[in-house]
Amino acid sequence: MSENITPATGPKKIMGRPKCLNDVTFHFCPGCNHGNVHKMIGEAIDEYGIQDRTIGVAGVGCGVFLYNYVDVDVLEAPHGRACAEATGINRVHPDKIIFTYQGDGDLAAIGLAETVHTANRGENITVIFVNNTVYGMTGGQMAPTTLLGQKSTTSPYGREFMGDGYPIKMCEMLATLEGTAFVARVACDTPKNLMTAKKAIKKAFKMQIDQMGFSFVEILSTCPTNWGMTPQQAYKRVAAEMIPYFPLGIFKERTTADYM
Amino acid sequence: MALTLTKGNEAIAEGAIHAGCRFYFGYPITPQNDIPEYLAREMPKIGGTFIQAESEIASINMVLGAAAAGARVMTSSSGPGVSLMQEGISYLAGSELPALVVYISRIGPGLGGIAPTQGDYKQVTSGGGHGDYYTIVLAPASVQEMFSLTIKAFELADKYRNPALLLCDAILGQMKEPVEIGPRPDFKDISLPDKPWALNGNAGRKSNLIKSLYLGDGEMEVQNWMLFDKYNKMKQEDTYFETTDVDDAELLVVAFGSCSRMAQTGIDMAREQGMKVGMLRPISLFPFPEKAVAELSARIPKVLVVEMNTGQMYKDVKVNLDRAADIHLYARPGGGLPTPDDVLEEIKKIY
Repeated sequence: MSENITPATGPKKIMGRPKCLNDVTFHFCPGCNHGNVHKMIGEAIDEYGIQDRTIGVAGVGCGVFLYNYVDVDVLEAPHGRACAEATGINRVHPDKIIFTYQGDGDLAAIGLAETVHTANRGENITVIFVNNTVYGMTGGQMAPTTLLGQKSTTSPYGREFMGDGYPIKMCEMLATLEGTAFVARVACDTPKNLMTAKKAIKKAFKMQIDQMGFSFVEILSTCPTNWGMTPQQAYKRVAAEMIPYFPLGIFKERTTADYM
Repeated sequence: MALTLTKGNEAIAEGAIHAGCRFYFGYPITPQNDIPEYLAREMPKIGGTFIQAESEIASINMVLGAAAAGARVMTSSSGPGVSLMQEGISYLAGSELPALVVYISRIGPGLGGIAPTQGDYKQVTSGGGHGDYYTIVLAPASVQEMFSLTIKAFELADKYRNPALLLCDAILGQMKEPVEIGPRPDFKDISLPDKPWALNGNAGRKSNLIKSLYLGDGEMEVQNWMLFDKYNKMKQEDTYFETTDVDDAELLVVAFGSCSRMAQTGIDMAREQGMKVGMLRPISLFPFPEKAVAELSARIPKVLVVEMNTGQMYKDVKVNLDRAADIHLYARPGGGLPTPDDVLEEIKKIY
């Protein structure tokens, strides 16, 4: 190879690992969307240049290892309480960007009261809610968002509304509260949906940067391991079963902050 | 310095302001409501934050968040409320975060009642929540001490990066005494420790992480021994108690908090009748004054524990007692108050 030949223009890097994601391998199972969501959060943090003033709060579940991957200050919260922790941090550092990362069991079952009241206070934080209709880390038990008829280790005959109630729709519920500024549900099952998801996550952080109040993004996600499916089957299930019950879209988008 | 007539619960709240606490998160429960009411009124005047949370669970977790963010922070509650907080207190201990929990006891178990009791001694001195941990527990016996020990509890919490608890009851919380409080210091004049571990954004440093999860092989054992060493350091450096009339005593009364005030009057009456009785009053319930019990009972052969429960501190006294000493218990649980006459009668029985 001659040293004299220098390419005029090399291939241009158009995408890669966000600067604020540590260069380590995710522990997530094949086909799980947690990695996608981490990456989108990382990109949002990079694109707004807020890494050095962002504080993450990790809920209990597969997402607890957020601190291994996102290179920001992180607090590991007790199960369900991430919104209360985020409230405490936000009141001490109102100038920082604070987000929680929570699963369906964490946010919509044990932590429902904290979630609803934090939203109702209009706490200026961002909540990233990963809904995969199952308790992942503990081994596939029924979640508050488990669909009717869905089998889990604690609904072995399928979830029935007579005994187990209905899968809870968090976006629809939170959108009714005066305190919420931005509420959206997205999915990761197609490239198009991924791009929309990224936009929603960015928007949620922007709402917080602009002091608009509580921003909430629910991300319909896969759990091939606990669903007993291949990644391909799991992605198909998101479109075939989850999206019809949990419709995608923006449920609320405030245009001015409460105090304005 | 001028004395002001101050209610116990309000002395705690004012003590917190003097200590530089600017964050309070709590939920109403009798008999401690004067504390949140006082701070709801005062915090906005001094740039502080008061939030009435949706539950005690939310309160203690807001406390945890604010502590992780580096603030001096507190909550207050009673009986069932403190039971709900135990998960969060365990996390505070496991995550090594300083915070103050004020506990104005009410009778239990269950909804019980609001009368004075010391029935929560066992709960608070054994950690209270899950896991192998302890909280610092201070027990004031006067309104003055409710003020000063509040400040002390914040300092100890920061010194050890551990939750601290102030254990009082409705007698102390509701009574008024003349107290020396002094003018409220400016926040900038209050000395607060540096907290390089706090979460405030990673500008100019590596990211900080606060957690209590250790899944690596053997990691949690190391963590538990580290905490154990911390508790031993507390025992050596921050055990507090008061003794009165022990030099010539032939009988030692052990009592804490409001109960020690009633016991002291009983002791004074016994002294008037020629009985040589002294008093040991534990001020720190954890760490418990183990050495003081051992040393005093080695030369005072009779020990009488007086407490407003069925004998909870009694066990801590007994386990540290000199083997030659006799131990007796006068117990009044469930809102029963030992009058000085009651204590005198007990003293007479065993003197």
